[in-house]
Amino acid sequence: MTAVADSFPRAAALALGDRQLRHNLRNATHTIRDKRAAAVAEVPEWQALRDAAARIKDDVLGNLDVYLERLEESVSAAGGHVHWARDGTEACAIVTRLVAAEGASEAIKVKSLTTDEIGLNEALERAGIRAWETDLAEMIVQLAGDRPSHILVPAIHFSRTEIRDLFARSFGLPDLSDDPEELTAVARRVLRERFMRIPVGISGANFAVAETGTIVIVESEGNGRMCITLPRVLISVMGIEKVLPRLSDLGTLLTLLPRSSTGERANPYTTLFTGVRDGDGPEEFHLIVLDGGRTKALADPEGRQALRCIRCSACLNICPVYERAGGHAYQSVYPGPIGSIISPQLAGLQQHDSLPWASSLCGACAEVCPVQIDIPRVLIHLRGRIAHETDAEPATERLAMRALARVFSTRRSYEAAQRALALGRSPLRSSRLTRALPGPLGGWTAVRELPHVPKQSFRDWWATRNDGSGR
Amino acid sequence: MRVALFITCFNDTLFPETGKAVVRILERLGVEVDFPVDQTCCGQMHSNSGYGLEVVPLVRRFVRVFADAETIVTPSGSCASMVVDHYERLAKLAGDEALAAQVGGLIPRVHEFSTFVADELGVEDVGARFPYRVVYHPACHATRLMRVGDAPLRLLRGVEGLELVDLPDAATCCGFGGTFSVKNQAVSTAMMADKLTNIMATGAEVCTAVDNSCLMHIGGGLARLNAGIDVLHLAEILAAGSVN
Repeated sequence: MTAVADSFPRAAALALGDRQLRHNLRNATHTIRDKRAAAVAEVPEWQALRDAAARIKDDVLGNLDVYLERLEESVSAAGGHVHWARDGTEACAIVTRLVAAEGASEAIKVKSLTTDEIGLNEALERAGIRAWETDLAEMIVQLAGDRPSHILVPAIHFSRTEIRDLFARSFGLPDLSDDPEELTAVARRVLRERFMRIPVGISGANFAVAETGTIVIVESEGNGRMCITLPRVLISVMGIEKVLPRLSDLGTLLTLLPRSSTGERANPYTTLFTGVRDGDGPEEFHLIVLDGGRTKALADPEGRQALRCIRCSACLNICPVYERAGGHAYQSVYPGPIGSIISPQLAGLQQHDSLPWASSLCGACAEVCPVQIDIPRVLIHLRGRIAHETDAEPATERLAMRALARVFSTRRSYEAAQRALALGRSPLRSSRLTRALPGPLGGWTAVRELPHVPKQSFRDWWATRNDGSGR
Repeated sequence: MRVALFITCFNDTLFPETGKAVVRILERLGVEVDFPVDQTCCGQMHSNSGYGLEVVPLVRRFVRVFADAETIVTPSGSCASMVVDHYERLAKLAGDEALAAQVGGLIPRVHEFSTFVADELGVEDVGARFPYRVVYHPACHATRLMRVGDAPLRLLRGVEGLELVDLPDAATCCGFGGTFSVKNQAVSTAMMADKLTNIMATGAEVCTAVDNSCLMHIGGGLARLNAGIDVLHLAEILAAGSVN
């Protein structure tokens, strides 16, 4: 992941001022959110499926060594090659070497978060290899020199007109209209030529089945199937947590994934491929198995549940923070609630130290997660790790929190603090003054009035009432 | 029946009227109310800010203060969820299995106020009169963690003269989120703006909830706009028009 330029609060504040972005995000997240709710409501055993999926993924995470070795054996037995990469740099080096060995200066790509995570396109570019994105939205983002802002809908921040202008400019088509069908036809023409010509395909992997060595790719446009079947050489990059024990596990996960992500009963294209076969599909298959901070996350008993994620993006679409701030504010390949717990764990707490706070802890994300990741709980846990393991927190906050905890530790100090607050109440009521308050109180009073601090606390009332002195 | 009131530091200090209302309603329903005076704060703000270990003494304190209480009632879905959802984890974080076991025994005894009245006591008409147009905001922790469901709505429907109106996009967070409201002030404000717009669109005169924290945020925004809409904790509406 690239270096973080700014903290979430500042980046989000900027994004909030972008009318087009707000409009697109609102429309898209609400549409997908409603579709998802309808698709989930059709499945009476949804909760049981979520339980089963969480169990499958926890079994994987608890026995990764076993399943990964089994996967390596199966893939090798099917004629594929397995490469182990400790981090993104190693993974990129392996892919670059494989593409160069084929003598290719171009590669076609299936939409893949893992390759974005390791910066594969940039690494290939540095080696003189052009990696073409073939998913329509990824293609738009790549043409614009931009970054995806959503896991599933990478170009969610573009309007139709912006896409028209981009295509007109890039492909020399000044008369292009903004009719989606016409725009898609242009992309299709450009992509077909690449599918037919380029000898190397690169993909991620939604799932990799240890039992059979089968790689599963889920997509909507059919571009993935082109990239997987047409080139002579196929390279798939997967995070270690994507392994599944058995082929039958797909029954559970492929029921949950499309309904959670696009709100469809089944996604348009699901491709399963196993190794290589004479006269059918690629002649060479390479599987890159990436750690990239995942074993570090695995070592954290509370944080490791983030590795259950199947990248459906239901949590993004339901999140009121994501809906308003947009994906770029998270400054990571993985935005939204899930990104706020994955990014700091994979790239380092210091790297993304403001993300665990990019949530009001409303819990909507946990409610929709198909693999039952308790995202708010992990957010709180990571806040704790950042407070205790890094120096990202202002020392004043740490002191204030500790001081407050001490105030609440005895009745006497608590009541003294309460009385002090009640005594100081008058200045807090003056709006002119409180609007100009510094620090956290100023953050509050910039847009809201402070509550009036009452003269008598509840406990004082209780005492007088029980004395019989007042009611 | 006898219950121990867990008032929460927030209500104790800033919203005593809510506590008084809870006491009045419960007593009116024949429930004897205890107020263990040694209670202070559940520690949610510290815990949610990442200072979970620092909060463990408050967990111990809570367990001790409410050790003898058969039933614990609190007018805050959020503080209730702190105890129910986080105390066991915090005890384990501190490596204190005995404390974790004590918390385990305590959890089933903790009730959010509206569910205690509507579900435990089985009363939906508490004899209140409140002749205003009211909108209910389902606070996130009360709804998603304490699963209060429609208990607050059933109680509001039992109030004489009250006109209950539906809140559009009700389930979306108001943007408070404790320190989120100041740490991510911009996004918090954007969320609040949408919530206020939805509240104002209903033509309500009063917005209610089962958490004063959300109401402080919503009410702070409405007051800044001079919107003419009050915020009131559910208990205060239910206590309105009562005799004692």
